[in-house]
Amino acid sequence: MALLDVRDLKVVFNRRGAEPFAAVDGVTFSVEPGQTVGLVGESGCGKSVTSLAIMGLLPKRGNTISGQVSFDGTDLLRLSDRQMRDRRGRDIGMIFQDPLSSLNPVIPIGVQVTEVLERHRNMKGSAAKKEAEGLLKSVGIPDPKRRLTEYPHQLSGGMRQRALIAIALACRPRLLIADEPTTALDVTIQAQILALLRRLVEETGTALIMITHDLGVVAGLCDTVNVLYGGRVVENADRHLLFAEPRHPYTHGLLGSVPRLDSNRGEPLRAIRGSVNDNIPWTAGCAFAPRCDHAINMCVEATPALENDGLRLLRCFNPVVPAKQGAKA
Amino acid sequence: MSMATRKRDKIDALVARSADQGGGVSLLGDAARRLARNPVAIVGAVIVVLFILLAIFAPWIAPKDPTTQYLIGEIRQNTPLPARDGFPLGTDQFGRDLLSRLIVGSRQSLIVGVMATLIGLVAGMIIGGVAGAVGGWVDSLLMRFTDILLSVPGLLLAISIAALAKEPSQWSVITAVAIVSVPIFARLLRGSMLAQRGTDHVLAARALGVKESTIVFRHMLPNSVSPVIVQATLTLATAIIDAAALSFLGLGDQDVSRAEWGAMLGEGARVYFDVAPSMTLWPGVAIVLVALGFTLLGESLREALDPKNRR
Amino acid sequence: MLRFIVRRLLGVIPTLFVLSFLLFGWLRLLPGGPAGALLGDKATPESIASVNKVLGLDQPIPVQYAKFLGRILTGDFGNSLSKSRPVVEELADALPATIELAVAALIFAVGLGIPLGYLAARRRGGIFDNSTIMGTLVGVAVPVFLLGYLLKKYIATDLGLFETSGRVDTGMNETNVTGFKILDALMTREWDVLVNALSHLVLPAIVLGTIPLAVIVRITRASVLDVLNEDYVRTAEAKGLLGKTVRRRHVLRNALLPVSTTIGLQTGLLLAGAVLTEKVFVWNGLGSLLAEGIEKRDYPRLQALILLVAFVYVIVNLLVDISYAIIDPRVRVR
Repeated sequence: MALLDVRDLKVVFNRRGAEPFAAVDGVTFSVEPGQTVGLVGESGCGKSVTSLAIMGLLPKRGNTISGQVSFDGTDLLRLSDRQMRDRRGRDIGMIFQDPLSSLNPVIPIGVQVTEVLERHRNMKGSAAKKEAEGLLKSVGIPDPKRRLTEYPHQLSGGMRQRALIAIALACRPRLLIADEPTTALDVTIQAQILALLRRLVEETGTALIMITHDLGVVAGLCDTVNVLYGGRVVENADRHLLFAEPRHPYTHGLLGSVPRLDSNRGEPLRAIRGSVNDNIPWTAGCAFAPRCDHAINMCVEATPALENDGLRLLRCFNPVVPAKQGAKA
Repeated sequence: MSMATRKRDKIDALVARSADQGGGVSLLGDAARRLARNPVAIVGAVIVVLFILLAIFAPWIAPKDPTTQYLIGEIRQNTPLPARDGFPLGTDQFGRDLLSRLIVGSRQSLIVGVMATLIGLVAGMIIGGVAGAVGGWVDSLLMRFTDILLSVPGLLLAISIAALAKEPSQWSVITAVAIVSVPIFARLLRGSMLAQRGTDHVLAARALGVKESTIVFRHMLPNSVSPVIVQATLTLATAIIDAAALSFLGLGDQDVSRAEWGAMLGEGARVYFDVAPSMTLWPGVAIVLVALGFTLLGESLREALDPKNRR
Repeated sequence: MLRFIVRRLLGVIPTLFVLSFLLFGWLRLLPGGPAGALLGDKATPESIASVNKVLGLDQPIPVQYAKFLGRILTGDFGNSLSKSRPVVEELADALPATIELAVAALIFAVGLGIPLGYLAARRRGGIFDNSTIMGTLVGVAVPVFLLGYLLKKYIATDLGLFETSGRVDTGMNETNVTGFKILDALMTREWDVLVNALSHLVLPAIVLGTIPLAVIVRITRASVLDVLNEDYVRTAEAKGLLGKTVRRRHVLRNALLPVSTTIGLQTGLLLAGAVLTEKVFVWNGLGSLLAEGIEKRDYPRLQALILLVAFVYVIVNLLVDISYAIIDPRVRVR
């Protein structure tokens, strides 16, 4: 059975003085134990909101959530606040984008680690401190004992993110959600953190949901990839398959826009025309149609559904078919 | 028309419609619109406008003359008379019409409040502007000076200054309250200038060789206008209250025939509260209402002009 | 840490010096100069001239200032005009009364203000929140003395609750140890005195504390709202911590930082409001001394009072700065 099974998740935000906005409009994907799944898309495509909805971290008021989020057989959306609190940190961990603002500035790092241990593993006092020290060491923070009494502003960006990873994994959760964990870091640190995540996930067998807009990150880390656009999953495939044969025009466009070392010099970079805001309400057609070079009449009149062809999930009426003669575009 | 162009036009039309929701560019226009929709702002503005109109047209609005002791003949044991025909709020202890005195008293409050705020604003802006624009030791010196003014709590400072006057008068009150508000405006403007000195548009202007004075007057000052306006409105409210307090303590205008809310409140409260609470309550309510009006307006102005609130 | 404290202390000293100089000059700015002030109505050009000589006012200013400083530092502010007692004694007698009142008002303002502000923030946009905000706006607009008289009439006189004049009923025969009636009654176990003193304290404390209450509610609410939006609160939630842990350790701890700075500033409002409150409730503290001093133009007393008030205000703000540094580790780096 899948560890996490998200079915038709919808999150609609009610806005004062404006139309309600469906940030997530039917997201479906699943995560097997130990698997690394990527959620890819541009800003505004709903990937962060999806993760917050899974964790139950969206504000209590001002939005409507529907659908099903099955973790280990239990629908998280139907749980009470207390039941959800029991699971967060213990069964599902999460790390966020900005490591500096994600840590409480006036509390020492050590306390921010031990409080999770106290809460879910019933550890107190020196036992907790020892474990915290060990955790900081396992994520590669030098001189962990000293760090326990230091404050977040005394650590570098990379170290802070490592600390946050340690905190998220402290109780050995079976699932870790990482929301753009490297976006706010320097490129060299990015590589280190990603390597760390890969090592830890392998060592502990934790499943990982990697949320990012960076295809490079996905390529190096994820087993399967979900591409999101306009609050929906538009394509889902195994990593190698997706990169070799992207079918959805959006995925195709994304991959095509990545500059390659072997392309001809002087050739202009290829972007997807238009912007994320150019979309038609879903009820009237495919949201990507205005920007799509593959669009046909049907794309404007009907909404494509997510279909499974055995190898992949695809939401498109007129997908890109790979060129028969392996000629490069 | 071919299928392709029809499809494209359809999409273009839909895109055009969704893109049209932009609009609203200028910060002030945006702010004005937000203000107009805010009920708190409207209430405040209404109160303020009514107050100003009342003050300007007071002599014509007041039914009777505020200084004539109409009913002095009926006064027994210095007790004010209750409401009766022709005197809707009753009289004070000298038989003068309370309503008329209340209406005419608005003038005093407005004059004192506006003058004190204006003087404090101008003086404060000069000090703060110079400190912010010149910087260096001039800045430190001026800020030390304002710090010292700030080290004495507002009302006490006003009391000290007002007490210096040989004969307390309207002007001593105005001066005292003005001086109390100077440090606030000085700090405000200086802070705004300092914040702007590092911004890109100032650096760019400097790189282009624009004269320093032009930079200050044409680029920096206009951007500082909105917090100053907000503060001026709020200061007006406190000025009116402080002026009333000074009158209450006996440091205000000594001319007993002149109607002034603070003095009326003081008199009424000290002596006549039990027998004639209206002498105290009406000026009190008036002060509270006017101060509230300015405060509501100021606070909603602050929210409206806050760029973080832009949608 | 120590260096920080010392640095701040040194920064305060020049301010105090300038203040004393200004006060020195204040007296001399008065019509007729200090001699005129001392002589009051009986001033004639000749008497002024002779008093000037006696007071040493014909000497150069720097010398006068030096003598003035010397006298202040030894606590000699001259004699009060109205009572012919040393001003310092008057102040010493009145000080406990005002401190008692100010502390009671502060307890009222903080004890009620922080919970109200926090609740308003949690129920943002609701009826409770909106009426609280309205309440704070009105609270700041009502002049202290008006509120005093209103409460005096409608609660004390009409409802018969609490007392409104003085600190204890006359004829109470309470034992005086420190000058703080509440404290003294507790120490001597004179329970009837305790009840009586408290009943006299309630209304003035509420009146004095109303404006600080309004300010504290506003600031607490704004601060809690800010903190609730911070990422680290989200992290705490993501850890699955219990609601009360998140509230206590992450929300309140951070939200109360700006609030504690305000409390320091509130002492200024308290001292200013005390003048008006003490007059209304016949409370024999510094405020009454001040009000009387103004009426009687008792300049030696006024001078001492203003210096004392400014000194207290500066010291309190210094203490607040230091405590801020203790609570917020980021501040120490500066």
